[in-house]
Amino acid sequence: MSDLRDLYQEMILGHSKSPHNLRVMPEANRTAQGFNPLCGDKVKLYVKLEGDRIADLSFEGSGCAISTASASLLTDTLKGKTTAEADALFEEFHDLVTGKRQLDEAHNELGKLKVFAGVAEFPMRVKCATLVWHTLRSALSASQETVTTE
Amino acid sequence: MATARETARPPAATAAHPSFDVERVRQDFPILQERIHGRPLVYFDNAATSQKPRAVIEAERRFYENLCANVHRGVHWLSEHATQAYEDTRIKLQRFLNAADSREIIFVRGTTEAINLVASAYGRKNIQAGDEIIISGMEHHSNIVPWQMLCEEKGAYLKVAPVLDSGELDFEGFERLLNTRTRFVAMNHVSNVLGTINPAKRIVELAHQWNVPVLLDGAQAAPHLKVDVRALDCDFYTVSGHKLFAPTGIGALYGKTKWLEAMPPYQGGGDMIASVTFEKTTYNTIPYKFEAGTPNIAGTLGFSAAIDYLNDLKFESFAPYEHDLLVYATEAISRLDGVRIIGTAKEKAAVISFVMDNIHPHDVGTILDREGIAVRTGHHCAQPLMDRFNVPATTRASMAFYNTFEEVDALVKGIQGVKEFLG
Ligand SMILES: Cc1ncc(COP(=O)(O)O)c(C=O)c1O
Repeated sequence: MSDLRDLYQEMILGHSKSPHNLRVMPEANRTAQGFNPLCGDKVKLYVKLEGDRIADLSFEGSGCAISTASASLLTDTLKGKTTAEADALFEEFHDLVTGKRQLDEAHNELGKLKVFAGVAEFPMRVKCATLVWHTLRSALSASQETVTTE
Repeated sequence: MATARETARPPAATAAHPSFDVERVRQDFPILQERIHGRPLVYFDNAATSQKPRAVIEAERRFYENLCANVHRGVHWLSEHATQAYEDTRIKLQRFLNAADSREIIFVRGTTEAINLVASAYGRKNIQAGDEIIISGMEHHSNIVPWQMLCEEKGAYLKVAPVLDSGELDFEGFERLLNTRTRFVAMNHVSNVLGTINPAKRIVELAHQWNVPVLLDGAQAAPHLKVDVRALDCDFYTVSGHKLFAPTGIGALYGKTKWLEAMPPYQGGGDMIASVTFEKTTYNTIPYKFEAGTPNIAGTLGFSAAIDYLNDLKFESFAPYEHDLLVYATEAISRLDGVRIIGTAKEKAAVISFVMDNIHPHDVGTILDREGIAVRTGHHCAQPLMDRFNVPATTRASMAFYNTFEEVDALVKGIQGVKEFLG
């Protein structure tokens, strides 16, 4: 089961069992819903935007270990970042989990998000890792529609 | 913790089923020799699609190597023989489903196309504003969406018969929905998620008392039960070949002659016409009226081989074996802590959906896959049913007659492994 451990890193399991920032945020000025029709995962993201800086963010939803951990780590990582920085991180994160970029060449800004490198070996799970990121993009673009991973 | 070893295995293949030799049957399915991630394949995703016996694979190959020609269009030897083989399959299916007439069998891509054909050809003609169509709460999306589209187009209403906590149809709830505005009933014979075998005959009888025709979605029934459309007295019945050990892209719609003859065509094109001028086209007779264009001939011949295979194997011989497998797996899985089976109807086909405390089905699927065990995880194209049971998704193990008691043990061990790994 060694390659399973590459996917389910301790940090991912930890965040999936006790996710950070799992709460409704009444003062949010941007929200968006994400839905992965393949597995029924749902996530709602709350963003408090001050100018172009993400002052706070949180989420609600039910999902698999990978998508829950991804939401937890995204909300941790992006607090205080600008929307442009968030966009750039999404690109890098996407390259990492789709295997376009190897772990050793991953940008340092990714920080803890690098634990998702193992997802690249499990193509069916890429959408679990990226659902919350697509949802963020929708929240920031203010189109505010439910995004799906399809 | 209960292990599979402690679960009493019914006197399996050997004593209880002397006529059914599962090891011999497994030899007929080349893919069952495969190893996945270094482990022997344990294939429990039969409700999504079943595996194919060698005879079916060979039949497709033989068509392309020895018989390839279009059907109904040539005077040459190959076309004549391909047409013969194609039409023989129709007769085989007529007998397989016990239809009265082979013209009542229409070749389609599968259940999805069959239902769309009926919704559009029967529905467009007969459904009007204010009419009601009844489905059940346990339908596959393919038996929901075509009716929804029709209702939207016509201003008709879709009514949904409720499902009980056991996963059985709420029959009284269904009964209450029937009224003078009801124009059609469409329900599955066996649920792809719950495994429930619906009381199809009673559904038809009741609907007929209101003069309402009934379509039965038999996608999941035909692989497990002997289907007799005349005994059921249903108006339409659908099967997907690929779930019935035949190739993908081929299936059948059964319809009573009186309906098929009165229905307008589904698609226009070659083969479905009697004569064409720019002023007017006269349509061909049934079943050809509904088979526009070059059909899936290779798939049809594969279907033919699959029916022969099932007839040789005999439902009477493998159905009791499959049932014991279901009972054994149900007992073993129910015994696991933190695992709950969704769908506990009294009458069930060999399909088990389950959820685990605090573990998402998607993770279960990935971890079992590394053990070589193929299950389906997700909403199984039945999102309203997931909502009904208040779960985002389930893990589903669906069995066929080539599965073994040892494979069930491997699944149970795999589920325990998931708990240990993520627990
Ligand atoms: C109950 C039921 N109905 C309809 C379908 C659709 O069948 P197909 O995809 O072969 O058209 C399926 C298969 O997934 C099914 O299980």
